[in-house]
Amino acid sequence: MTEVQEAPEPHAPEEPRVAAGLRDRFGDAVLEVTEAFGELTVVVARDRIVDVCTHLRDNPELRFDLLSDLTAVDWLPMEREPRFQVVYHLLSIPHNERLRLKIGVDEDDPVAPSVVGVWPTANWLEREVYDMYGIRFANHPDLRRILMPDDWPTHPLRKDVPLGEEAVEFSQNVHPQEP
Amino acid sequence: MAQAPDAIGSLRDETMIINMGPQHPSTHGVLRLELELDGELVIKCTPHIGYLHTGIEKEMESRNYQQVVTITDRTDYLNPLGNNLGYALAVEKFFQCEIPERAQVGRVLLVELQRISSHLVWLGTHALDLGAMSAFLYCFREREMLLDIFELCSGARMMTSYIRVGGLASDLPPGFEEQVQAFLDLFPSRVDDYEALLTENEIFMERTQGIGILTAPQAIALGLTGPPLRASGVRHDLRVSRPYSGYETYDFNVPTRTDGDVYSRYLCRVAEMRESIKIAQQALNRLPKGPFRTLDRKVSLPPREELYSSMESLIHHFKLVTEGIRPPAGEVYVSVESPRGELGYYIISDGSGIPYKIHIRAPSFVNLQALPPIMEGRFVADAVACIGSLDPVIGDVDR
Repeated sequence: MTEVQEAPEPHAPEEPRVAAGLRDRFGDAVLEVTEAFGELTVVVARDRIVDVCTHLRDNPELRFDLLSDLTAVDWLPMEREPRFQVVYHLLSIPHNERLRLKIGVDEDDPVAPSVVGVWPTANWLEREVYDMYGIRFANHPDLRRILMPDDWPTHPLRKDVPLGEEAVEFSQNVHPQEP
Repeated sequence: MAQAPDAIGSLRDETMIINMGPQHPSTHGVLRLELELDGELVIKCTPHIGYLHTGIEKEMESRNYQQVVTITDRTDYLNPLGNNLGYALAVEKFFQCEIPERAQVGRVLLVELQRISSHLVWLGTHALDLGAMSAFLYCFREREMLLDIFELCSGARMMTSYIRVGGLASDLPPGFEEQVQAFLDLFPSRVDDYEALLTENEIFMERTQGIGILTAPQAIALGLTGPPLRASGVRHDLRVSRPYSGYETYDFNVPTRTDGDVYSRYLCRVAEMRESIKIAQQALNRLPKGPFRTLDRKVSLPPREELYSSMESLIHHFKLVTEGIRPPAGEVYVSVESPRGELGYYIISDGSGIPYKIHIRAPSFVNLQALPPIMEGRFVADAVACIGSLDPVIGDVDR
């Protein structure tokens, strides 16, 4: 801790070399690579995510050492398969690059491997995804709700859970709706 | 009444679980800490959050893009302008529209003033928690000047919703530049006053040095960003590494220290206040005349005068007011440097006027995860210093 870790100069957006490197190493576990708005997105097979993340963190040319964000998306109204996707936003401080990773999670088997072992940051972020979407994370040390009360019946950010309404008193023939 | 010696022996070995919060003057909001204590030592610290959760992300899925700005104010409530900026930049990334110079410079100026205002609250409350009550009053006295400036621009002291998609909500009012200059002239000496009270104060140093240490690898592994990361020796600031709104054209330093303790985080933030003064002065000096929002009619309303003569403007106005702005389908992640760290907005658009999903990467939420590691094994009396040094804002943690 006696030296300051300096950051590199501002950097052009992520290049597809990251994606090419991943394809070389993980082959058909890399399902899709897209680039839009200057951002690189790689969709990976669910069961290989921990290996991919470990490689991204440790490989000296990649060094994605900071997990910026971990969240999920519910594609139910779009009728896309799989219904859920878990989205990871990675940042490489030494190389000053960003990457978005995604894995697909089925509705009937809403489980994803936990990346807590790769980045401890994922602990609360995965708990929030579990709380809000009901996606369980295998090997998570402490998977329980984080924002909602412990006995809350629904997973609120799912698209089939309504926003909820407040009961309006003294309105004729309007009855409070169950959430 | 005599008790069996065994019972007394086992009582002495038990740890005690006490609750700190959710209603507590030093938890910086409704944060509940479940502390397991062995005498004065904290064996385990389990934060319980969610007391301020209001379903912001779900609400955002039922509002149109312009309405969402008002909700962004209320996440990290000490940094509304910064939140507005992060959100506006994310939506603007869909459009790739050109933001006029006056709006860009005005944004930087206001966001840096907001950073100072947020750090003033942090400093005042942090010092107050540790017993230095005067610092609190001094900090809030200066903050009043900043809140007056925000009120002058937007009408609101805190929940300004002033930085909008496409530029600013309205033009910077007359009197704005003088008021900001008056503040910038006065403030550096005030920062000197705060430092005179605290930086070399023996009691403050005893209570903050060597407390709550995080090494750089630990900090990065925990996803820490902002002053706590820089206090641990990593010079990472999004304004420099991934500049936005023209930050690459401003001349400022990124204060970094290497000890990673509470005292280092204090020094980093105080130094950041001074850097913000520099940036704000540069912005004020170069504030140009011109439009305050983009001329792209798919994003911003046309000026009123045009509506009386141009049919096309009338149609644009109608569509913007009824349907809202409609980014093309896709997803973006844009992050800005808030006073607490990396504030990110992940927006998925389905092409309609209502966002499909907005996820707010809340710096306080991620930084708060570092609280158990820095508190466990330390005295409970240091708990307050540790919480203050991470500077959580519970609105940001819970959303």
